[in-house]
Amino acid sequence: MSSLSVDVYPKRRKTYTWLFFLLPSIAIMLVFFIYPILLTFFYSFTNLALTGEAARELKFIGLDNYARMFQDPTVRISIWNTLVFLIGSAVIGQQVLGFLIALLMKQRNKTFRRVIGTIVLAGWVTPEIVCALCLYSFFGDEGTLNAIITFFGFSEVTWLFTVPMLTIILANIWHGTAFSMLVFQAALDDVPNEIEEAAVVDGASKWKIFTRIIIPYIKSTITTNMMLVTLQTLGVFGLIYAMTGGGPGNSTTTLPIFMYNQAFVNYQLGYGTAISLLLLLIGIVLSLLYIRSMKE
Amino acid sequence: MKSGKRGFWLVTTALLSVSLLFGCTGGKGTPADTGDPEPGKDGETAKKIITVTFRDDGIGENGAFYKWLKELSASYPDKSVEIKPTPIQASEGDYFAKVALALKSKDTAPDIVTEDTFILNSDASAGYLEPLDDKLAAWEDWGNGSFIEAMKKGVTASDGKVYGVPYNTDSRGLWYNKDIFKQAGLPEDWQPKNWEEVLSAARTIKEKAPDVVPIWMNMGKATGEATSMQTYEMLLYGTGERLYDNAGGKWITKSQGILDALTFVETVNKEKLGPPLSKVLNGQAGNTASREYLPQGKLAISLDGSWITGNYMESGAAPWPEYKDVLGFAPMPTSQGQDPGSITLAGGWALSIPSNSKNKDEAWEFIQYALNKDNTQKLVMSSGNITVRADVAKDPEYTKMPFNEIATEYLQNAEFRPAQEKYPEVSTQIQTMVESVATGTSPADAMNKYAQDVTRIVGADHIVEK
Repeated sequence: MSSLSVDVYPKRRKTYTWLFFLLPSIAIMLVFFIYPILLTFFYSFTNLALTGEAARELKFIGLDNYARMFQDPTVRISIWNTLVFLIGSAVIGQQVLGFLIALLMKQRNKTFRRVIGTIVLAGWVTPEIVCALCLYSFFGDEGTLNAIITFFGFSEVTWLFTVPMLTIILANIWHGTAFSMLVFQAALDDVPNEIEEAAVVDGASKWKIFTRIIIPYIKSTITTNMMLVTLQTLGVFGLIYAMTGGGPGNSTTTLPIFMYNQAFVNYQLGYGTAISLLLLLIGIVLSLLYIRSMKE
Repeated sequence: MKSGKRGFWLVTTALLSVSLLFGCTGGKGTPADTGDPEPGKDGETAKKIITVTFRDDGIGENGAFYKWLKELSASYPDKSVEIKPTPIQASEGDYFAKVALALKSKDTAPDIVTEDTFILNSDASAGYLEPLDDKLAAWEDWGNGSFIEAMKKGVTASDGKVYGVPYNTDSRGLWYNKDIFKQAGLPEDWQPKNWEEVLSAARTIKEKAPDVVPIWMNMGKATGEATSMQTYEMLLYGTGERLYDNAGGKWITKSQGILDALTFVETVNKEKLGPPLSKVLNGQAGNTASREYLPQGKLAISLDGSWITGNYMESGAAPWPEYKDVLGFAPMPTSQGQDPGSITLAGGWALSIPSNSKNKDEAWEFIQYALNKDNTQKLVMSSGNITVRADVAKDPEYTKMPFNEIATEYLQNAEFRPAQEKYPEVSTQIQTMVESVATGTSPADAMNKYAQDVTRIVGADHIVEK
């Protein structure tokens, strides 16, 4: 018996029965993932529109949408705004703040960790649109922040108008920091106490322990987190749309907002999909950069 | 042999799973779109269901249009037809996108849809709507002067065909607060002859009543079409210039008229005659002006539409019973007072039949009933709009509503937005241009940028400079 099964096993390996088991998942992937992406790619070369003459007849227009994109000054502004928003709220804000909070909570007592953790998590569990409305009423002209500063005798500031980018960056930090905090908490807990204790015995300063032991130990977590947070932030739409609508002017128009405006306000779906591919490209480039830095 | 059998089962399983998957997504026909006859409650008669799609801005069954439809449905003489409201709950901008998506397919298209006249031409060019010329030719009301002739322009697309029957319209002008005017020593029966007189009244108010915002116009991108239509086009058309040259079939991208209109906006902001920019550049600006500032006496003049009084009715968003006595509604003068003396833009809504409707004849029968004199009158009076029918306009019950008569009178010089499918896109460029002037860009620079953007949208062959 046993000799038989040894004979049969390698033979069976050559058949492709495993493929059949995978078929349903492959079908799902094809229908819901690959097909829409290819379709998006295709539409970005057409004049697809929601209404108007272009809606009657789909025409292939080659690279026109892309040419238009490179001529459109608003695209440049949107890319710039997207990067500012990304660096401000994701890279500096959520990443650094999340790390600091996690570090602060390391080896503290349970109550302290729980209280701080719950406060930070509140932002994370709040849905994006609710979060936007909360912060709108915080920063608004008659909002909480102005009520506080006028109480102390300062004059009102029209936050959403004077520093719109800063307000949406702060809003996104408030909303998303908990994610980084949780990731770093887990990573910091994994740093073995023995190494740190040994370093202390060797007379290393706190700063040395931090830069020479903790940081190298969690380096891969930093890059992974950076990538996840970056990709999350690239797609932020509801928060900005509800707080500033991309304005005043174009000062908070990021690529997702611009894409929405082109597709559903100007009804130019073809152009909108071209912009969405630009966004996808930025996401891919950034991810590749992170992955490369992770390997080094 | 054995493995062959197994393979068979695997293929079968896989096929079944896939078909199950498609089975889940292939559901057709939501209850709202079944236009097919359906057995009556007693199982005796088969009723045809005519669906009517309109915008619900959150009021639901208490909305004026919804109530009106319910009433009509009950009184409709043809009992073999059931009228079914299928509202789309959306903001104004999203409504057009959602309607366009619904009209695309036979499965989702309603039998009747309410169309804003500014998007009607685009939807007609897209092939979403049914031309009604043949049907209208046979309808007595359409030909015998019951409808105000100028209103037919609004539902005629660029191909010269009519794609809807208008049911309401609006006009625009200068709303002003008589109490503030009295306080500033200005005439309570104010009739400015030209732009200079509008500005000088605003300057007087700034001087005599410093706490009051002298004049409010929508100037931001966030207020969308209100910025294009209530502000910019009211100014531009008042200079004698137009957005689109019908004779040559071209968009006018540079002209003295554009510069004059933008200079008016610049003056208002430079001399601080308008509201603070943080208030006027956000999406709520229109409501802030009409629902807060004007009733609270914080605003003297507002360049806005005839419908704002709808807010002040008992059922409105900002009830203000004294509005009849406090407010005045002056026509917007032309720039130098040149003919025709005053200007107004008219918009409004129409009932159209989608080309994908399954019950076009029944839908047309219902439209004729819904938009007869009595029924349109009921609708415009409950919603605070003004009428497109000349016979309603003469009705004493209609004219006794405050401002209705005067707002209808302005329609004599009414202009419409160009019936061009690119209009909605050009309009967003107008908003960008006006906002940039409001925030400090010079009119000339803003106009050059507008010319560039419009050229990109309509193509270099379709523009002209004057």
